[in-house]
Amino acid sequence: MSTLAVHDHSVAHHEDDHGHHHHKETFISKYIFSMDHKMIAKQFLITGITMAVIAMILSILFRIQLAYPDKAFPLMETLLGRFAPGGRLDSNFYLALVTIHGTIMVFFVLTAGLSGTFSNLLIPLQLGARDMASPFMNMLSYWFFFLASAIMLSSFLVQKGPASGGWTIYPPLSALPKAMPGSGMGMTLWLTSMVFFIASSLMGGINYVSTVLNMRTKGMDLWKMPLTIWAFFLTAVLGILSFPVLVAGVVLLIFDRSFGTSFYLSEIVLNGTQVQPFEGGSPILFQHLFWFLGHPEVYIVIMPAMGISSEVMSVNSRKPIFGYHAMVYSLIGITVLSFIVWGHHMFVTGMNPFLGGVFMITTLIIAVPSAVKTFNWLATLWRGNIRFTAAMLFAIGMVSFFISGGITGIFLGNAALDINLHDTYFVVAHFHLVMGSAAIFGMLAGVYHWFPKMFGRMMNERLGYLHFWFTFIGAYLVFFPMHFMGLDGVPRRYYAFTEFESMKQWLSVNTFITWAAIMAAVAQCAFLFNFFYSIFFGKKATQNPWEANTLEWTAPVEHFHGNWPGEIPAVYRWPYDYSKPGAEEDYIMQTVPLSQTMSSNLPHDFEDNPTGLEEHSKWVNTQQSNEQVK
Amino acid sequence: MGFKNLFNSKKILSLLAVFMLAGTDMLFAQGTEAAGATATDAPKDNGLATAGYYILMFLVVCFFIGIIGKVFRVYDLTQQIRGKQPINWNNVMGIFCLVFLVAGLYGVYWSFTVQGSMILPAAASEHGGVLDTMFWTTAGITMTVFIITQILLFTFLFRYRYNAKRRGHFLPHNNTIEKVWTIAPAIVLTVLVIFGFFTWQSIMNSVDAKGQPASINIDITGHQFAWELRYSGKDGRLGKTDYKLVNGSNKLGIDFKDKYAYDDLQADTMVIPVNKSVRLNIHAQDVIHSVYIPQFRVQLNAVPGLPTYFKFKPIFTTAQMRAKLDRPTFEYEVLCNKICGGSHYNMKKVVRVVSEAEYQAWLAQQKPYLTDKLKQQLHFADAPAADSTKAKGNRLALNN
Repeated sequence: MSTLAVHDHSVAHHEDDHGHHHHKETFISKYIFSMDHKMIAKQFLITGITMAVIAMILSILFRIQLAYPDKAFPLMETLLGRFAPGGRLDSNFYLALVTIHGTIMVFFVLTAGLSGTFSNLLIPLQLGARDMASPFMNMLSYWFFFLASAIMLSSFLVQKGPASGGWTIYPPLSALPKAMPGSGMGMTLWLTSMVFFIASSLMGGINYVSTVLNMRTKGMDLWKMPLTIWAFFLTAVLGILSFPVLVAGVVLLIFDRSFGTSFYLSEIVLNGTQVQPFEGGSPILFQHLFWFLGHPEVYIVIMPAMGISSEVMSVNSRKPIFGYHAMVYSLIGITVLSFIVWGHHMFVTGMNPFLGGVFMITTLIIAVPSAVKTFNWLATLWRGNIRFTAAMLFAIGMVSFFISGGITGIFLGNAALDINLHDTYFVVAHFHLVMGSAAIFGMLAGVYHWFPKMFGRMMNERLGYLHFWFTFIGAYLVFFPMHFMGLDGVPRRYYAFTEFESMKQWLSVNTFITWAAIMAAVAQCAFLFNFFYSIFFGKKATQNPWEANTLEWTAPVEHFHGNWPGEIPAVYRWPYDYSKPGAEEDYIMQTVPLSQTMSSNLPHDFEDNPTGLEEHSKWVNTQQSNEQVK
Repeated sequence: MGFKNLFNSKKILSLLAVFMLAGTDMLFAQGTEAAGATATDAPKDNGLATAGYYILMFLVVCFFIGIIGKVFRVYDLTQQIRGKQPINWNNVMGIFCLVFLVAGLYGVYWSFTVQGSMILPAAASEHGGVLDTMFWTTAGITMTVFIITQILLFTFLFRYRYNAKRRGHFLPHNNTIEKVWTIAPAIVLTVLVIFGFFTWQSIMNSVDAKGQPASINIDITGHQFAWELRYSGKDGRLGKTDYKLVNGSNKLGIDFKDKYAYDDLQADTMVIPVNKSVRLNIHAQDVIHSVYIPQFRVQLNAVPGLPTYFKFKPIFTTAQMRAKLDRPTFEYEVLCNKICGGSHYNMKKVVRVVSEAEYQAWLAQQKPYLTDKLKQQLHFADAPAADSTKAKGNRLALNN
């Protein structure tokens, strides 16, 4: 079996393997049920992009409703039928749009689309492994994800529409089919889809963790791993530990919905007269279970984006990432702390106020590692030699969004301030900047940066510039005014602002936001065209187009299962030797031994290697004496 | 080069021309339709024509972007042929970053002055004043950080843009500065946490202290899609409720076995006296709702099966607020701030803050929950059971 051979690190076997693969790949084994991590990454990416486009269209639909609450759009009725009678969105369907937009973006795009793509692509390539620890499970992970996506989208086809209780699906609203149309079949599909999604995510996560821990190439100790790998590794750990809790929550909800249990239900009267038989449950329990996943989830979303941006910024600033160790420790800090902050989503839910105080303390502590990361990125740019590739621009955009959205977290993490800000547009602005836009920009930076690795061709940089500026400016125009709406006490998930006198002043702002959103959405066409066109007709990529140090750029442009034709390259140094004084080029790849770069070595390079340090000082001394002789 | 193939292709151009013709055709068709609509029953507009128009516009824009891309390409090539430097995109992007910074800072300033003036007025409750102070302190700190970091980010981008003659400065780490920017945010956050923690405790742990005059107890119950109010009557205490007693005539499920329930009052508007402590007892019947009164800085979820309460003291009457804001129609309102179904966006209750005398006068006019109809149903107050078959036995028991 060649798949077994692929794992074999022995050199001899692969030497003669070079150039020709001795097992024929069919279309199905190559493109559909592929077990090659690179192909699976591409599958995740393209599915993720498709889901993102769908979620974006949903958001434009509800933005149109918010901008023109009194206007009828005949096209909407043509396209959506019973969900938009008379050309105006139904208020229940509005909530369904909001719910599915949130679900798709958080889970299907920014968890599976982001981690799934780049963990799969980069973990083996940057660590020097021939594939994932378990290629078969990796394949299953994608197909479970695909199934989950299909089920989620199929909920648009059921009579009463998709789930519409918000992406957090709080019971009793989601538990009582009579409470709203979306809590019927739509919610059942949502829950089913999520169970498959979590299975996919776990299979992926276990693979990532075991590959990172066991399959690094020679010389690749943990402190020589690029920050991308650190981020993916910790993200996978987070996912493995937190997603099962959501399964528990979801299963209990399924019991409440279908088998008459009362885990989350108590003292319920529907429609003013129908007394329900539930007793003794607590809706707050679900919120605890949900947010025990839900909060780590936002770090599952943002950490890969952080890792990608760190790598892209270092490469394109031609400068080592500032404070590599601090970057890793802050990632670890975020990972650990993210498990004890979930209660900040629940300050005003009626949870014991003492708990609120505790969660406030932990929440504001987690701001420290985030601040450290931001400052380190700024220091990385300082005195760099910055190349504005499209990927670099998106990485910078990620930092800008992370700052803008991050600081508003200090308001929301403060339980006292949250009293008035909870569930307002301030929250919408906050998380769309800090985890929505920032994570999407991290993902796009990754796409532009590793496109040559994925498809062997280059994307058009200038279309990338166009895409970046319109998206970047568009996102700010959309989300910045929302802060002020929130400060005016405008609640989120409102179908129209027409019923309250105090909210009418925001109608014109809403129109503006909608047009900004449409502009940003149209700008994505530049990306989609660029992406799909470049796959087939883009300029052919060279092996190391960005002059980067990491291991994936030592693999040949042509893909084959196993990544490197001969021996897997060994690693001798950390991945950030950019612009090292005394070096010939402004980058030294990880595969270059220190013995070949005597002129650029620093005492720091021999921290754990006393004999090397001795050699180094000897070399420096002879150099100095030579100078003196001259 | 991608564009080359695309725009050299005559097929694409002719396709575009066909689209244009079709589009104008559709527009004309739409125009005649609109003209004829008044006279006869025109076929219902399905919006496809309008969509076609917008798609056409989009294609035209794409076409022009393509042309611009092409022009850049040609310019680059001619520069190369002449042996001159092609466009330096690193410089262009560096300048863009600087322009964005300046325009962005102006945009932030504009947004703060124009939209910033549309936000909530100063808190109209006692605890709200503390929250406002805390809010503005936090805003001052975070806005400073925001402005400084964004300025640094974009000026670095401009200042250190690529130059082939230069190399980056090899600076892997600097422990001193890293310690500084770990400890500095930690100190600032500690201050905010301490401030916030005690404020939060004082707002939430607000059981009536001994010696203080008792708060006015008001029950507020959320259901799809309205709020119900219940005031205690002369006895100052609210009667017990039980969700199993809810029916058409007893919509809150008040337990009239409890004598404190007899004089409980119903109200359409939440009228409260100024400068008096009010305790809202928050309930929900069907799904989670959230009592949110932004001007008072009051918010707490209404959870079925989990009664909660929020205590606050309004400091401005509705009339004072109207004068202050110069808005004669201003009302305080309870909003629902937790997604609760299709009409979530329209679930309000007017709150009116009045003087003590006006409050007492208003309260005297409110009707009790124990209506004549309910009395009849329960065989008057001495037979307080919803079930009429049980009623007899109960009365006998009570007569003993």
